[in-house]
Amino acid sequence: MSDFFTSSVLVATFASAIRLATPYLLASLGETIGQRSGVLNLGVDGVMLLSAFFSYWTVLETGNLWLAVVVALAVGIIMGVLYGVITVFFEATQGISGIGIFIFGLGFSDLMFRQQVGTPKPVQRLPSVEIPALADIPYIGEPLFQRSLLTYLAFALVPLTFLLLNKTTFGLNIRSVGENPQAADSLGVSVERTRFAAIMIGNSLAGLAGAALVLQLGIFQPNLTQGMGFIAVALVYFGAWRPLGVMGGALLYGLVNATVLQWKSLGIIPVSISDLAGMAPAIVTIGALILLARRVNAPSALTKPFSRH
Amino acid sequence: MLGVLALGAAACGSDDSSGGGGALTMAIVAPSASDDLAFSQSMVDSVNALERDITLQVTDGTFIVEDAAAAIRGYAEDGVDVIVAHGTQFGASLAEIAPDFPDTTFIWGTATDTQGLDNVFAYAPAADEGGYVNGVVAAAISETGVIGVVGPVEAGDAVAYINGFVTAAEAGGATVNVTYTGSFGDVALAAEAAEAHLANNADVLTGTAQMVVGAVGVASDAGVPWFGTQSNQTSLDPNLVVASQVYHWEFILEEMLELRDNGTKGGQAFEINLANGGLIIEFNDGFDLSDDVKAAAEAAIEGIKDGSIDTGA
Repeated sequence: MSDFFTSSVLVATFASAIRLATPYLLASLGETIGQRSGVLNLGVDGVMLLSAFFSYWTVLETGNLWLAVVVALAVGIIMGVLYGVITVFFEATQGISGIGIFIFGLGFSDLMFRQQVGTPKPVQRLPSVEIPALADIPYIGEPLFQRSLLTYLAFALVPLTFLLLNKTTFGLNIRSVGENPQAADSLGVSVERTRFAAIMIGNSLAGLAGAALVLQLGIFQPNLTQGMGFIAVALVYFGAWRPLGVMGGALLYGLVNATVLQWKSLGIIPVSISDLAGMAPAIVTIGALILLARRVNAPSALTKPFSRH
Repeated sequence: MLGVLALGAAACGSDDSSGGGGALTMAIVAPSASDDLAFSQSMVDSVNALERDITLQVTDGTFIVEDAAAAIRGYAEDGVDVIVAHGTQFGASLAEIAPDFPDTTFIWGTATDTQGLDNVFAYAPAADEGGYVNGVVAAAISETGVIGVVGPVEAGDAVAYINGFVTAAEAGGATVNVTYTGSFGDVALAAEAAEAHLANNADVLTGTAQMVVGAVGVASDAGVPWFGTQSNQTSLDPNLVVASQVYHWEFILEEMLELRDNGTKGGQAFEINLANGGLIIEFNDGFDLSDDVKAAAEAAIEGIKDGSIDTGA
């Protein structure tokens, strides 16, 4: 165990936790905005897969990482329009619609990969950007201030999402249509437009999450996300629909995963119980969810389609 | 999500006398992508390498066993002559399906027995052998004396490969850190497992299963040599992949098909290994390996073939 508590290993573990947490954080923040407006999106994983593939394909074809990020964002927006039309205007059941989006994303990204790429080919990864002065701080400099721009963006979005939801008229509208859409409607707030906008933002961030994942790895494989989008949805519940709580959940999940991997590498966790230890991130997160989230209620109108009739 | 590919395959050797079999319909049901540079691709490449007239269909990406079972039964109902169930986890499904189609030959692996079914051939790789050879080379080129291994779950040929690798590398004086991520498909976790090994001073990495593409990316970024298995992984980094143990199933597949031609539809288990040519260590010419180390690898191969080396598996 003493091997773990060395500065180099601890720094590497925190850096790993930040890397692992980044896609979850982006997707969860987007899902938080959507859920606060009353829309559950179980299709996050599908959007992440689609954006990850198209982002990867863009780098493969053009070598332009930032174009790849823009493409991922565009994929998120397109999927947002699709999901918004289905759930807001056609008032379809959100759970089933989200699963449909997930299955579409899983299948279409797989198909496109086979048709356009075939065998996995590595592409360049997002470079780390050192923040002057801060990057040299012992222990925290490397894990926190030598990361990619998408990681900085993910963490910067935490206070921005808080401000959006709590300090702007648009945020007030989001919260009101998520709690009592009939009352919001009676006060002149367009429930449809507000929810549609929230879905668009949510899916855009899911798109960025896909880009963050694939550009961090530098390679794509079918079903690359392995269910990350569903965990992102769970982290919204974990975080009690609050950006800071969501960030805490993403970091906890990443940190437990990173610690388990370090302990396996150091032999602290023996190979014989390796598979069991792999369940630790889920167990810790669920345990924390049980302890923390019982005190907080979900948005009252979550999953409920709005209709004036 | 099932990916279904229909491939017209292996036109070479269409003369019946050379292949000995005549036109044949085959299907492969595989758990990951057919071009995964690992387990599934090894079987697709091997069937395509057979010198027979074969019409091949592939259903890959069957992560869910029930999906695989549906595909296997579907091919059998369609009258496909030979169906390859490429995954240990498909065994229980095969035990239910195979007796319903006595004229169909099922080929199942990795497995060491046929479950008593007379229309099932089983196959397995002696993956420990290639693991051992890779371990000899890895220990020789490691400067820190620490080597990292990224595995999926502790099962099947992954365990055999890793055990063989660890035996040889430790005999060569290296410390080997093994991480089973718990997943065959989680590329991100495999990448972070590789990062953890690097943080713990590893300067050589290896791994097995389709998720290792993430770990190879980490090795590439760090400039750390990588050893592959199942398929040739040189294309992932032409400068840093030292060698790959490649599964050539075609040698035992041909034996099975010849048995089928002669009326035996199953009931036997086969193994690919270094001695029968089913396992081949493919060195990457793009990696500058010294003559001494190459000689040590060749000696290990010969020692395993003649039985003088115990891989520890």
